[in-house]
Amino acid sequence: MTYHHAPSPNDTRDAASSMTMEVQTKTGTAQSPKTTASTHDQTLLQVRNLKKYFPITQGILFQRQVADVKAVDGISFIVKQGETLGLVGESGCGKSTTGRTILQLYRPTEGQVVFRGKDLAMLKGEDLRKMRSDMQMIFQDPYASLNPRMTVGDIIAEPLEVHNIAKGKEKKERVQELLQIVGLNPYFVNRYPHEFSGGQRQRIGVARALAVNPDFIVCDEPISALDVSIQAQVINLLEELQDRFDLTYLFIAHDLSVVRHISDRVAVMYLGKIVELTDSRTLYANPLHPYTRALLSAVPIPDPIIEEKRERIILVGDVPSPVNPPKGCRFHTRCPLAIPICKEVAPEWRDVGNEHFVECHVV
Amino acid sequence: MGNVLLDVRNLRTEFVTQDGVVHAVNGVTFALEEGETLGLVGESGSGKSVSMLTVMRLIPMPPGRIPSGEVIFQGQDLLKLSPEEMRQIRGNKIAMVFQDPMTSLNPVLTISTQITESLELHLGMSKDKARKRAVELLKMVNIPEAERRLDDYPHQFSGGMRQRVMIAMGLSCSPQLLIADEPTTALDVTIQAQITDIVKRLKSELGMAIIWITHDLGVIAGLADRINVMYSGYIVETAHTKEMFANPLHPYTVGLLGSIPRLDEGKKEKLTPIEGLPPDLVNMPTGCPFHDRCSFRTQKCLEENPPLMSVGVKHWSACWNYEAVREKRDEILHREILQPVTA
Ligand SMILES: Nc1ncnc2c1ncn2[C@@H]1O[C@H](COP(=O)(O)OP(=O)(O)O)[C@@H](O)[C@H]1O
Ligand SMILES: Nc1ncnc2c1ncn2[C@@H]1O[C@H](COP(=O)(O)OP(=O)(O)O)[C@@H](O)[C@H]1O
Ligand code: SF4
Ligand code: SF4
Ligand SMILES: [Mg+2]
Ligand SMILES: [Mg+2]
Repeated sequence: MTYHHAPSPNDTRDAASSMTMEVQTKTGTAQSPKTTASTHDQTLLQVRNLKKYFPITQGILFQRQVADVKAVDGISFIVKQGETLGLVGESGCGKSTTGRTILQLYRPTEGQVVFRGKDLAMLKGEDLRKMRSDMQMIFQDPYASLNPRMTVGDIIAEPLEVHNIAKGKEKKERVQELLQIVGLNPYFVNRYPHEFSGGQRQRIGVARALAVNPDFIVCDEPISALDVSIQAQVINLLEELQDRFDLTYLFIAHDLSVVRHISDRVAVMYLGKIVELTDSRTLYANPLHPYTRALLSAVPIPDPIIEEKRERIILVGDVPSPVNPPKGCRFHTRCPLAIPICKEVAPEWRDVGNEHFVECHVV
Repeated sequence: MGNVLLDVRNLRTEFVTQDGVVHAVNGVTFALEEGETLGLVGESGSGKSVSMLTVMRLIPMPPGRIPSGEVIFQGQDLLKLSPEEMRQIRGNKIAMVFQDPMTSLNPVLTISTQITESLELHLGMSKDKARKRAVELLKMVNIPEAERRLDDYPHQFSGGMRQRVMIAMGLSCSPQLLIADEPTTALDVTIQAQITDIVKRLKSELGMAIIWITHDLGVIAGLADRINVMYSGYIVETAHTKEMFANPLHPYTVGLLGSIPRLDEGKKEKLTPIEGLPPDLVNMPTGCPFHDRCSFRTQKCLEENPPLMSVGVKHWSACWNYEAVREKRDEILHREILQPVTA
């Protein structure tokens, strides 16, 4: 049995870097004038029943599809102008696929992504190009997403050229400015990625994403590969840039403490589905979904007195395969609160009040 | 408890490389009592793994060398034992579990073979008896259907299960000391909770001592009796766990606590990162190794490297200015904490 695309870590890494290239080369000429109107309640992005399946094929000469990896399997949410929406969940639950499908790096299997009222799948020509520069991505692995043979200056200048944003002296100045914005010495412009530390490389990735004046950035585990003392530097940088440039983030991470810290609202994902979505405070103070509760209880708190008294909900077993997700509620095989109907009928995604969304029969 | 099990004195480990001598461990001294759990915390490259690999005599030499130190385990200096004598101790009296279980499990042998081998070798058990014991061990670490899973190969287990198998193997000869090197770092948090839950239970059942290496202060808060904080090959602070979290007295420890978001934090407050990067271990700075990142630095810090100084009850800090840290740190660490939520 072979996977269609690239499930092994090495392959995914290649895929990630080539995708960056793709975004950059397909992007067009116009620079987007920055829209400044931003109240927190304006919808910037709407995701409707989004699905992304990866085919699994068999056979050497005649590949035939034998099954699907249901990486994302019907999720709906909005992202508001100027907010940070966190997307949290354990590895393989579909976070990165969600981010990439939103950015149209993957073609959705089903469902829609609507950005500023426009269905992205329908965009063509100038509109498509503009959208490509309005939406950017920052990757987990700063090593893999930067071309090792290009200088930092060229890496950051590339999108400026591709989008015809700046040339010659102006381009040079813009690159220096971007380096300064992300807290790097402009003097480093002729160095290569390997000459930088992990945290500095992540800053280069941020500078490149900012080069085209985006409004919306998908941050896919931007700090997971960094040391604790460096993580805070990057978190603070992302927060500062958000205020300064009026950015909207989809912040993907597996660490719930980090996600709660940086996000206004948080979506919790399990096996291709979003199971709960609410504001960061409510997620901690009043979690409703049994999976959210288990996840919260599993996250260690750096305080021995609290840890001593904490009750943990220990989930049994492992996450089932996204090729054959359990029928009914996907969490029923591990859920401490499951009732008979959970095995048969998938619960509905509903608002239980104050934009607190949850997908569970017993809530 | 009370008896010293492991006594490490002035341990140094270096690597001779093309770029020069890497000073990985720079005079580490600590003692571990029987049944005690010690947390070893610090960022990557601070010498956590190398110091424990030195204790286990697993440093490749060359390029490694151990210019000084004693590792007294049950009265014997492990650094003076022959390779054969050391093999008898490793996996028998001291067991080690690593971050990536696949590197320590043999992919072509069944789990059964790998566990029973050491039972037969170290404890002289018969095949039958060893197999029974192996089933018990797998059950102890909550592997479902242990009898059936025994004949599976490592790749047939998930990451979390492999790590539990490694712990089961580590425990097979009832060691007095288990050294766990970031055993849950690569795992998801719910799987990490399964494993720390098992380890806490086993610790009280079996009464072994544990050295748990991690960069995660949260994990260690719930597990350790005492903590050593490492920075650039030095222990810079050591205290009992509650004391360390309530009363950190080294700027690096304060920096670590200030730079992590907490799950239970309320209002979004700015994190206090540690600026800059750890020093180059080939060209160590003079004075305090933390000085170019330290906001408490004074002239003395540039000139003299501070030794561990007693700063409280069983609490030592390698900082000239720990009194200033005591006064100022609450400003850095202040957070609004939400009420605990009952599960
Ligand atoms: N390009 C791909 N081809 C095939 N399967 C994939 C691909 N990308 C991801 N997957 C699978 O989809 C599921 C979700 O993956 P991913 O979105 O990367 O999860 P996460 O980011 O939450 O760890 C996983 O089972 C993964 O193996
Ligand atoms: N075989 C080796 N050769 C050269 N340097 C090494 C070797 N092993 C470890 N080191 C260096 O020793 C230092 C300490 O490493 P380590 O103990 O693994 O750190 P930690 O476990 O705290 O992340 C690092 O700078 C590392 O690069
Ligand atoms: S629907 Fe049923 S199985 Fe699913 S989370 Fe709710 S109670 Fe548990
Ligand atoms: S000795 Fe000086 S430089 Fe070192 S940690 Fe203390 S105050 Fe900072
Ligand atoms: Mg991912
Ligand atoms: Mg290590």
